[in-house]
Amino acid sequence: MAEAVIAARRALSRNRFLVIGAALLLGFAVFGEVLAPYDPDAQDLLALLEAPSLAHWCGTDEVGRDILSRLITGTRITMMIALLPVALAGLIGVSLGAVAGYLGGSVDRAISALIELLMTIPGLVLAIAIVAVVGANAAGLVAAITVSSTPPLARLIQARVRELRQEDYVSAAIVLGFRLPRILFLHVLPNAASVIVIQLSLLAGQAVLIGSALGFLGLGVQPPAPEWGSMLGASRQYIEIAPHVVIAPGLAIALLVFAFNMLGDGLRDRFDPNLSA
Amino acid sequence: MARYLASRLLVMPPILLGVVTILFLIFKMVPGDQALLAAGATATQAEIETIRHQLGLDRPLLAQYGAHLLGLLHGDFGYSTMFRGNPLPHILERVPATLTLAASAILVTIVIGIPAGILAASRQNRLADLLVSGSVTAFLSVPNFWLGMLLIAILSVGLRWLPSFGFDGLHSLVMPTLALAARLVAIIARLTRGLVIEEMRKPYVRTALAKGLTMHRVLWRHVLPNAMIPIITALGLEAGYLLGGAVVVERLFAWPGIGDLLLGGIGVRDYTLILAITVLFALGFLLLNLAVDLVCLAVNPRLRNG
Repeated sequence: MAEAVIAARRALSRNRFLVIGAALLLGFAVFGEVLAPYDPDAQDLLALLEAPSLAHWCGTDEVGRDILSRLITGTRITMMIALLPVALAGLIGVSLGAVAGYLGGSVDRAISALIELLMTIPGLVLAIAIVAVVGANAAGLVAAITVSSTPPLARLIQARVRELRQEDYVSAAIVLGFRLPRILFLHVLPNAASVIVIQLSLLAGQAVLIGSALGFLGLGVQPPAPEWGSMLGASRQYIEIAPHVVIAPGLAIALLVFAFNMLGDGLRDRFDPNLSA
Repeated sequence: MARYLASRLLVMPPILLGVVTILFLIFKMVPGDQALLAAGATATQAEIETIRHQLGLDRPLLAQYGAHLLGLLHGDFGYSTMFRGNPLPHILERVPATLTLAASAILVTIVIGIPAGILAASRQNRLADLLVSGSVTAFLSVPNFWLGMLLIAILSVGLRWLPSFGFDGLHSLVMPTLALAARLVAIIARLTRGLVIEEMRKPYVRTALAKGLTMHRVLWRHVLPNAMIPIITALGLEAGYLLGGAVVVERLFAWPGIGDLLLGGIGVRDYTLILAITVLFALGFLLLNLAVDLVCLAVNPRLRNG
């Protein structure tokens, strides 16, 4: 684990833009309301769909709200919708994968079968089906992204743990009579840490894409919450008269995904030079 | 070959049965009264009870599940509130539109992605490579529905070249295809670039060049066939993206495929319809992966006798 932290720090220090970007995102997420130039919900009916100007850097939307302010205050909910499911998927995926990969036998087969079944359904379709059950709100979104992100992660961990199970030091730990949790948490999982960290950061990028797609489809947090995907969904009908309404929110999503992708690629280069493209 | 195909086709029904079972159980957890939804808001209590009985919703869960599976055997997915009956014929009507979109996205991916990768590999670290690699990074981060909106803003609103939505000839296929294919093109271009660079370093390329073959011939006759398997495999790995992405793109462009119908079903909470389409997507995923494996088998003689 310590190795993973050090590598993450090194990857960050090598990429100054990433650090600046991360600081900016964190700042927006925590202090959004303070940093936003306008009230994100204040409607200015004299300035509907105005093009970007010095007063409104990203223009105004269909009811005259400042788009930049909505993007800044929306950082928190957009990132929470991506990161909370990734954390949950990490917890569930790692436990399932580790238990299955380590124990082997019928437990392994049962978990593998479940993963296989869930992976047969395209991720976004599975997420939509979950939203249909839980509801089109933040909880539904988190559940949907968690369920669709867990299987691929669990499968990867399972394969890695199955490999590590054959290592001499694991056999030694078993012979020494260590208990299962101790072997798993102190000996097996730390060696799978790099795989987990890389996968989680790549997963975060995918989670942003799935979350914003659901928001765009109207299946995410409901307006007027300034989640970036649902902002795009709400303003899409104005694209013909005021194309600027879709530019800034989409760019914000793309930059966030880009940041997570870069983090994942950087970590992969550091840990696993053979895998990098 | 036939034996391999048969064994692959034989495992599909159990997988689909598993998918149906999982979805059936998930959808039974939905809060709210299915009979009420089917009867409509104006129905009396007696009418609701009649419909509950007709749809079998008053029977135990296991009996409902059994009846559902029995219906599936002859293609009956149950009572869809949107179509007031078995939704399957209405879904099948929309399959060609989705297939057209998916097929044209795959075609564009191959036609643009592979040459772009080769171009980048042969001009390594020069302008063309930087352009390709930069686009790859961008397309991997951009949401497909946003790309679609940008295309609408530029190609339909700005230049008035293409219709912004609908299903009307080759014209209307262009933008949905590009929006859906962008991510796949990026993945395939990046992979092709890496593979070609790697293969070009191998001794057989030096030998071929030394005996006087042109670079062109070495690339197309020797290097590319060797790179084909990982490329096709990567396409298979993205089958899930292709099908899931189609849902969003269909909605954006009002493309009348099954993804658009799925979202319509979500709007009216028609769980029979949602289940049927989700199972169909799973079947599509399995068939795409089977197709990928068959193509791999066809292009790689080494695998054929294995």
